[in-house]
Amino acid sequence: MAVYRLHVLVCAGAGCVSSNCKAVEAALQDELEKAGIAEEVKVVETGCIGTCDLGPLIVVYPEGVFYQRLTPDDAREIVNEHFVKGRIVRRLLYRPAEDAEPVALTADMDFFRRQYRIALRNTGVIDPEVIEEYIARDGYAALGKVLSTMSPEQVIDEIKRSGLRGRGGAGFPTGLKWEFAYKAPGDEKYVVCNADEGDPGAFMDRSILEGDPHSVIEAMSIAGYAIGAKQGFVYVRAEYPLAVERLTKALNQAREYGLLGENIFGTDFSFDIEIRVGAGAFVCGEETALLTSIEGKRGEPRPRPPFPAVKGVFGKPTLLNNVETYANICPIILNGAEWFAEIGTEKSRGTKVFAIAGDINNTGLVEVPMGTTLREVIFDIGGGIPKGKKFKAAQTGGPSGGCLTEEHLDISMDYESLTQVGSMMGSGGLIVMDENTCMVDIARFYLDYTKDESCGKCTPCRVGTTRMLEILTRLTEGKGEEGDIEKLETLARNIKASSLCGLGQSAPNPVLSTLQHFREEYEAHVRDKRCPAGQCLALIQFFIEPELCRGCGLCIKVCPENAISGNRREPHEIDVELCVKCGACQERCPFDAIIRR
Amino acid sequence: MEAANKGCCCQSMKAQDERYQKLADIIARYAGQPGALIPVLHQAQEVFGYLPNDVQVLIAEGLDVPLSEVDGVITFYSLFTSQPRGKYTIGVCMGTACYVKGAAAVLEELKQQLGIDVNGTSADGLFTLEVTRCVGACGLAPVMNIGDDVYGRLKPEDIREILDKYIQAERQADA
Ligand SMILES: Cc1cc2nc3c(=O)[nH]c(=O)nc-3n(C[C@H](O)[C@H](O)[C@H](O)COP(=O)(O)O)c2cc1C
Ligand code: SF4
Ligand code: SF4
Ligand code: SF4
Ligand code: FES
Ligand code: FES
Repeated sequence: MAVYRLHVLVCAGAGCVSSNCKAVEAALQDELEKAGIAEEVKVVETGCIGTCDLGPLIVVYPEGVFYQRLTPDDAREIVNEHFVKGRIVRRLLYRPAEDAEPVALTADMDFFRRQYRIALRNTGVIDPEVIEEYIARDGYAALGKVLSTMSPEQVIDEIKRSGLRGRGGAGFPTGLKWEFAYKAPGDEKYVVCNADEGDPGAFMDRSILEGDPHSVIEAMSIAGYAIGAKQGFVYVRAEYPLAVERLTKALNQAREYGLLGENIFGTDFSFDIEIRVGAGAFVCGEETALLTSIEGKRGEPRPRPPFPAVKGVFGKPTLLNNVETYANICPIILNGAEWFAEIGTEKSRGTKVFAIAGDINNTGLVEVPMGTTLREVIFDIGGGIPKGKKFKAAQTGGPSGGCLTEEHLDISMDYESLTQVGSMMGSGGLIVMDENTCMVDIARFYLDYTKDESCGKCTPCRVGTTRMLEILTRLTEGKGEEGDIEKLETLARNIKASSLCGLGQSAPNPVLSTLQHFREEYEAHVRDKRCPAGQCLALIQFFIEPELCRGCGLCIKVCPENAISGNRREPHEIDVELCVKCGACQERCPFDAIIRR
Repeated sequence: MEAANKGCCCQSMKAQDERYQKLADIIARYAGQPGALIPVLHQAQEVFGYLPNDVQVLIAEGLDVPLSEVDGVITFYSLFTSQPRGKYTIGVCMGTACYVKGAAAVLEELKQQLGIDVNGTSADGLFTLEVTRCVGACGLAPVMNIGDDVYGRLKPEDIREILDKYIQAERQADA
């Protein structure tokens, strides 16, 4: 085997692909050839490294030097300076703040330093298209151990003792679920992986499938052995074509290696996996809807019981887990239940991956022990709120969840604590919002989403969400009426109580939770026709603060409606009759003299 | 298998259209398998760009499922469409991360520039404008895709230049 002096990891996750990492990689290869060191430096394409906002990016090993926001032109300098002369290119390093000293190594970056990676152990580290790289990091050792030394009961017991709970939303104990499926009578059973990832703003399942597909394949095979299934399905949403592509390749490689298919490892255990691609329906993430969709039908939820463990795909006992849940299985088998159970909190063992997005400096994927505080995630790892603005709220649990506010910053992020304050863990999407976010508008946004995604089977969900959306829209347009808040509350109660599936049961949560923490904002919309955050366009006007305006005239140039006038070096003025509230002037003003209220 | 052939033979004009041949192949590959309808619809839409009535009929016959069920599935899933689309589908992500980072303004700019509403197709038949669910590139919000290309960290000001790229390419292809 060739020995390389340097390994260069080029992130080729979905985020970086869209910021054009392929061009950077091509330029690197090209420059390596030109410098005549192509034999000494190995370039590896990986899945998402986690800091998507900083892409295209590379990490250079052995040291772990992190270069960010690269263009193809930067490649030459990196090759000639760093790879040839050994001098790090400071200009391309990460800076925690604009005026801060650059940080060269990933090991020194707060974003990476504070993480504990189990589910993401290989993501961003190996080339997902090369099975040997997975194997080199203990890949398929867990399956080997299970098949050669463990009985199905022992596997289930190990998972039960680890305390692992479902990462797809509800947090159901995984081992128990495996046991149900194991005990369910029937010779034909199925193992299903839920990769529908419906929470908008969450992308950990995508990153695992794209960055480490074998970890899911191996875990599903172990599950197949444990419950007595020969066939698995991965249900991936259609919006993730790259995940489908990488998973398809991985399945083929596993089959070639005899790690999937007939007589795995030469034993009499046979197991294979098929991919099913969704077609754009959020409700299909709900387990009974997903199973119906695999059968090729309209993905409408059905009542439980019977639970999938008893009656699932094609009416057969079915085990269904989320991608991240599966990604935890192999390390538990290899390191033991006790090792896993020591991480996290008493009732929430292990780690959780969070996708942090929205108004935050370091957007991306992070994996931390359960029980880490919201403050650590947002400020220490996430680098805080951009432009020195104030933190206002963070939504967890997506459209089914609720918001956390400043008073919750020190809350332990685990299943119970989050539910206690009216939010939920959900899949780990974490949307951070700064002081300029209108909470009524956010609630409207979520209701718009759930109304659209309601499958329409039950009236309270279909009609109720439409009613709630109408009221919320009216509030943001300044047409709120006395009693609207109470109407929202009544509707919310009814929908929660009488909907069939989790979508309807949780759809009102974002409204209830914003009402709980930001009721005065709702009241301002209703009574004073005022949007305190200055977001609802119908309720605000743009003004120039005469004391702050220096009369530089820059705002005039960007105004599309010629609504601004004034003499040079004198305070300018906006004609509210002409202004269409586009906000361009506010963006432009170098003195922050333009305000909305 | 037989049903698929029958569908093609009785429409001999179409038999010459290679798209219908591809469709027959797809149907033949899946006929008789449980849960085949959705994968077949995906691949048929890939071939035709949308799912016109006659294609739906061929699929129903070929897979031996009632036409009403084919229609029911198409209307249930938002990614299936029975209407023709423009050459490029523009999908503006309206996921939470993108919304918080100003996706609404990007969408507004696209509507203005193209002179169409959401789900409309531009007069030159080049673009269909849609809003999509989260595409999982939330770190780069706001995000849109045009065909297979993804654009992140968008600002309304960027839209004109991006659209022009496609329009230019189209002109060059014509010339
Ligand atoms: C409306 C709705 C959408 C859901 N979407 C997802 C999803 O996208 N991914 C997921 O893993 N679970 C989703 N769930 C939860 C699943 O129903 C199920 O609980 C989960 O996949 C079980 O896997 P786990 O035990 O490993 O978490 C959703 C539930 C509801 C009610
Ligand atoms: S609660 Fe809503 S999404 Fe769920 S089954 Fe009823 S209508 Fe469909
Ligand atoms: S908000 Fe827009 S229209 Fe109004 S004054 Fe500013 S630039 Fe002009
Ligand atoms: S850009 Fe700001 S400072 Fe300059 S004229 Fe306009 S409001 Fe005044
Ligand atoms: S895709 Fe490259 S860091 Fe996430
Ligand atoms: S919310 Fe737009 S890409 Fe995720």
